[in-house]
Amino acid sequence: MKRVYGKPDAMTDVPFPYCPGCSHGTIHRLIAEVIDELEIADRAIGITSAGCSVRNWRQFDCDMVMALHGRGPAVATGLKRAQPETVIFTYQGDGDMAAIGTGEIVHAASRCERITVIYVNNGVFGATGGQQAPTTLIGQFSTSYPTGRDPRTSGYPLKMAEMLARVSPESYIARVSIHNVKNIIKAKKAIRQAFLVQIEDRGFGLAEVLAACPTNWRLEPVRCMQKIKSDVIPYYPLGEFSSQSLKAQ
Amino acid sequence: MVVEQSTYLAVSEKNLMSGNEAIGEGAIRAGCQFFFGYPITPQNELFEFMAQMLPQTGGTFLQSESELSGINMVYGAAAGGGRCMTSSSGPGFTLMGEGLTTLATAQMPAVVVCVTRAGPGLGRIASAQSDYRLATRGGGHGDYQCLVLGPASAQELYDLTYEAFELADRYRNPVIILSDAILGQMMEPVVTDHLPRMKTPPKEWAVRGKGTNPRKVIKVAPHTDEELIDWNRQLKKKYQLMQDNEQRYEALLTRDAELIVVAFGSTARIVLDSVLRARNEGMAVGMFRPISLFPYPQKALEEIVRQGTRKLLVVEANNGQMVQDVRLAVCGAAEIAHYGFGGGHIFSPYEIYREIRRLGKS
Repeated sequence: MKRVYGKPDAMTDVPFPYCPGCSHGTIHRLIAEVIDELEIADRAIGITSAGCSVRNWRQFDCDMVMALHGRGPAVATGLKRAQPETVIFTYQGDGDMAAIGTGEIVHAASRCERITVIYVNNGVFGATGGQQAPTTLIGQFSTSYPTGRDPRTSGYPLKMAEMLARVSPESYIARVSIHNVKNIIKAKKAIRQAFLVQIEDRGFGLAEVLAACPTNWRLEPVRCMQKIKSDVIPYYPLGEFSSQSLKAQ
Repeated sequence: MVVEQSTYLAVSEKNLMSGNEAIGEGAIRAGCQFFFGYPITPQNELFEFMAQMLPQTGGTFLQSESELSGINMVYGAAAGGGRCMTSSSGPGFTLMGEGLTTLATAQMPAVVVCVTRAGPGLGRIASAQSDYRLATRGGGHGDYQCLVLGPASAQELYDLTYEAFELADRYRNPVIILSDAILGQMMEPVVTDHLPRMKTPPKEWAVRGKGTNPRKVIKVAPHTDEELIDWNRQLKKKYQLMQDNEQRYEALLTRDAELIVVAFGSTARIVLDSVLRARNEGMAVGMFRPISLFPYPQKALEEIVRQGTRKLLVVEANNGQMVQDVRLAVCGAAEIAHYGFGGGHIFSPYEIYREIRRLGKS
């Protein structure tokens, strides 16, 4: 029998621990598919995040290193310098990368560190119960600001892809979404590019993936996907932001 | 990357260098390949030494955006199997607390240097020993422990930094070199040739990509509650092993001493003068200098005190942070007094001698 679809080899048999409708599973799978296609499982090392995906070392069948909240890019930097032949990716949420880890990510990007960052932006702190993230939209509910985000008290949502592209001249930085099949395919292409730019020693790679958190958004999964399209993308436009075009050859 | 030669050394047997440079020389001699750090006075000479020397020896120097980031880069390089180091002083050392508990939990070897300056807060850049507690009691959260060495001369900074890399690898644990501004800045002759040039030993646990082998995971958190309890048990065993095997000290004129002055690091250098002066005047005074600060040389101090010492005078350039360790070591077998304060005061030998005499009479 011909196998037409299955689990990527770069993924373990451990079931995902995530809530129904969570985007992490989709994004994990895209990363694993890219690792398979680029045939890098033997030299890939993943750096885990904090939050819901803290134990994603169980999901990827490659070497993994756990980092503390926000420090992934620093750990990746040290590791890449020690093992330059490896392919290193960090997996970071918006609390991890856009809040507590802003120092680490900005400087890793400015050094054009040869690492790949998969940045999952779902606009909320998931694991801790739905507090406001730096990426929470204006007016959006969170448990820390139950009446919705008010820029006068808690600022404006951070557009990390645009921000980092401005400080990282050798880079591939893109924002993608996974709210429908067409965009999932595009997201995979961006993740692939974010890996390739590292593998080919052309620069720093980052894919910002717009994602949903049905539990903390308090919406059914399907309506979450609709909300990404109607509310999230208008504020966080999709596309490539690298100052120098580093598209696929 | 194998360190073959450090360029300007090995010219003669003795080399005049500052304490900060001696740390750098010891590190390179031990095969340190990676340095990540952030500028802060009074450790800058070490930082700049590594910036100059590491590229020449095939290593990597990277100026991090913060100490927080620097220690996490160390964690990454350690996970990759490299011999690596960072250094700082009080305010920056505080920021490394998170990284130290991470390194200890993940059981990653690294050498961390604190060239202590006067605190608390931002303090001043004058010398003090007020990071004793931070180094020996943690700084990060959870039940973890770093090995802590307290050298007292440029030579010892060189020797103990070298050894720190061996200890870090042996125990798979961070090792702290607790120096201070006096030791860091002063120039002294240092013999370097007695220690062989080391290469990084093979580390089967390091991550390099799995290749054709089963994958490896370097963890700082377990998957289950049971696993965390077991993890803590393992760490406790390791820390006990350190306590059993790594207590180091120097005892001077203690055999018949009724009063023993206890001091570490640069203060011990000054105390030595005071003790010799008091001895010359016929007082039964000795000196005990802990070299390992964790583990504290409890066994030796206890045994020495039980030979008939009535009083202990703990002298430190802080408000009495080491007194607790001395008290635990002697368990009430001798009276304990403290002399010293933080803030950047440099003791004169006479000042301590006066304190010895005052205490000897009472």
